Amino acid sequence: MSAVSDSIVQDSIGQSQSGLSNGTAGDFFALLKPRVMSLVVFTALVGMMLAPHVNPVIGFAALLAIAVGAGASGCLNMWYDADIDALMRRTVKRPIPAGKVTRDEALGFGLTLSIGSVVTLGLITNWVAAGLLAFTIFFYVVIYSMWLKRATAQNIVIGGAAGAFPPMIGYAAVTGTVSIETVVLFAIIFLWTPPHFWALALVKSDDYRRAGIPMLPVVAGDDHTRLQILIYTLIVVPVAMLPYAMGFAGLPYAVTASVTGVMMLVLAWRIFTRREGEAARKAAFGMFGFSILYLFLLYAVLLAEFMVGHDRVAALGAFAARFLTGAAS
Amino acid sequence: MEQKPGIVLTEEEAKRRRSRSVALGLVLGGLVLLFFIVTVAKLGGNVLNRPM
Repeated sequence: MSAVSDSIVQDSIGQSQSGLSNGTAGDFFALLKPRVMSLVVFTALVGMMLAPHVNPVIGFAALLAIAVGAGASGCLNMWYDADIDALMRRTVKRPIPAGKVTRDEALGFGLTLSIGSVVTLGLITNWVAAGLLAFTIFFYVVIYSMWLKRATAQNIVIGGAAGAFPPMIGYAAVTGTVSIETVVLFAIIFLWTPPHFWALALVKSDDYRRAGIPMLPVVAGDDHTRLQILIYTLIVVPVAMLPYAMGFAGLPYAVTASVTGVMMLVLAWRIFTRREGEAARKAAFGMFGFSILYLFLLYAVLLAEFMVGHDRVAALGAFAARFLTGAAS
Repeated sequence: MEQKPGIVLTEEEAKRRRSRSVALGLVLGGLVLLFFIVTVAKLGGNVLNRPM
């Protein structure tokens, strides 16, 4: 261990002997879970573009507030989960278990950003959107992190709602209300979350077992988890077709959702049937990785359609298909 | 009576504090700018619409 990191962990509470914080700006930024934050910004933007007449300046400021709110909930999650984060290989390098930031600092930072982001969103847009953001932070920190995560194997099923709210918040920031379309966008993320996280949990179940978190593979076993992944995938794939069926997405979205949906089903079937050794591990990792791409593509095509129109995206898709088939022949 | 030097930061601690200070300054400056631009955007043309 270097002299620098020695001094960081010297008193095991992440504070130097001078009593000053030891964290850099980067350590505090890491508390916000930047990767999750970018996904939240992306899905909130899709919800926002679903609304008519978005003022770009207000829209940008609202997205910023939503992103900070999401980051604040991530920070409060790290504050509460610091004890179990220290036990898991996947999370041991987070700022608190690594001794770079104290728990108290994370709590203060998270609460400040939570209140700041909600008030800012309320003042800039409206209090429906701000209320939804506040509820999302509350749901993620109190309902998921403090209660469900350590209590039930259904933790990420119910907790997944927190990650599904951003499109609704984005839409509400523009319109001051929610719509049935945003409920569908919510449902897609909500139903996507269990197969996505359980695929990871299958591979990392030792980590979760060591930390005493009742993830489904730990509590119900790997085979039952595989069945649940298959069931949720069978539900999410048709639900992902709803934007087209309800008429707020066009043909490019329908094609994307169909092709990637079939691939999701193939990967879920692979997880269900390959249960031993390296093949099982590869199947789980394959599902985990592709599920990220699946959600990204669904929302990216929706975003493109909302921004430039169904027809133009379809024309671009047809051109790309002609180009690719021309290049192949 | 000789005065004690108080808290003396190590080079690393001073570097980390500087990193936090710079980031905080940038964030506060950014917020000022953001609130100004948002205010102008919300007022729109009404900013000129007042009784003379």
